[in-house]
Amino acid sequence: MITIVDYKAGNLTSVKLAFYEIGQAAEITSDPEKIAKAERLVFPGVGAARSAMQNIEDLGLRGALSGFLNSGNPFLGICLGAQIILESSKENDGTDCLGFLPGTTEIFQSTKDVPLKIPQIGWNQVDFKKHHFLFNDIPSGVEFYFVHSYYPFPANNEDVFATTEYGDTRFTSVLGRDNLIACQFHPEKSGKAGLQMLKNFCGWKL
Amino acid sequence: MLTKRVIVCLDVRNKKVTKGVKFKGNIDLGDPVDMGAQYYHDGVDELVFYDITASAENRSIDIEMVKGVAENVFIPFSVGGGIRNLDDMRDVLLAGAEKVSVNSLAVQHPEIIRDGAKAFGNQCIVLGMDAKKTDLSSQFPSGYEIYINGGRKAMGIDAVEWAKKAVDLGAGEICLNAIDTDGVKNGYELTITKMVADAVPVPVIASGGAGVPSHLAEVLTKANADAALIASMVHFGTYTIEGIKKELKESGVSIRESWSL
Repeated sequence: MITIVDYKAGNLTSVKLAFYEIGQAAEITSDPEKIAKAERLVFPGVGAARSAMQNIEDLGLRGALSGFLNSGNPFLGICLGAQIILESSKENDGTDCLGFLPGTTEIFQSTKDVPLKIPQIGWNQVDFKKHHFLFNDIPSGVEFYFVHSYYPFPANNEDVFATTEYGDTRFTSVLGRDNLIACQFHPEKSGKAGLQMLKNFCGWKL
Repeated sequence: MLTKRVIVCLDVRNKKVTKGVKFKGNIDLGDPVDMGAQYYHDGVDELVFYDITASAENRSIDIEMVKGVAENVFIPFSVGGGIRNLDDMRDVLLAGAEKVSVNSLAVQHPEIIRDGAKAFGNQCIVLGMDAKKTDLSSQFPSGYEIYINGGRKAMGIDAVEWAKKAVDLGAGEICLNAIDTDGVKNGYELTITKMVADAVPVPVIASGGAGVPSHLAEVLTKANADAALIASMVHFGTYTIEGIKKELKESGVSIRESWSL
């Protein structure tokens, strides 16, 4: 059973439907007890870091999330869920985040020399830096679907599993450590490569 | 590198995908869910569904169709054509659509953009706009005017000014349809597409006029569009998504290549 964390940060229907597509039962919940005791946890989300962190506090989920992480079971962060696992975000002049990994969240900059559309919306290549179980049967350089203005900036190189280039910025698109893995793109909207990644997550054993 | 998107548009009428053909009226092409799923497997990057009779019949969008698409298509898709208010937007997004598209409603009630962006995030709100060439004047500094109701009603608003205002209000993307080139298959309207694409900080989808793959290459490179919308090119089997993408790649356009593993 896949447990999808609902902390009022966006629509989770497509995440659930993607797991159904690969034959996996999935449940959307805000219940701290269910989250702490989940077999496999998916932590999605879109939107702003500050309101997301506020919702996590209000719903009493901070302890449940770190409790789950300590259980050693597989944890998958998606999009905003790949950002607020870091220590802080540059959003709203600095927001304290969950701190599951050392690092921050940075924002794309559009400059005169390299004008950028922000948010980045669309398909971009994900270049694997080292192997992870989630990458099984997926070639490096395959495109995944991104929608974001901020990106994860982990402090340690060992926590970087894949990178992606937007404008002249090469940012971390997959990061993790031990039983934690997180991707900035949306595997549930990334066609067959995305579904394969979710399938790999379901088979990931630690 | 961010790739340019090829988007297929499906106009839905009485639960069937339809396409207007000169002198023949509308002809039915098939079931929207089946067709959407087929394009997904063929490697399209995104889909757009317009419920083209919802507004005229004053009913909400066919939610069962949206659910059907969401269960079968694992790429982003947007839905438009009958959005009347925030509740309609919520229904469509909760059914699994990535984005909602507003056009006439936004011109008449611009606050829907702001309210929608606030409730669901800017990335969920696509502004559809229909622009038609007019004389340059102080009222129309871009030389293009906004029309509503499927191109039937002129609104006296400058196209570039409207695009900028909509983005200020919270539109996360703009789908620009050029009335003069729509259905003519002679290429996209490059002038207004480039003006809008250069004026706003959000992605612009070019629409109206694609007849051959080089038209897509042209609008994606010369007019700085981020995505190109097509319909009849693929609906009638003249071209395949794969064939179009192959030509785009040969023209030096960066595209998503790996849709099958």
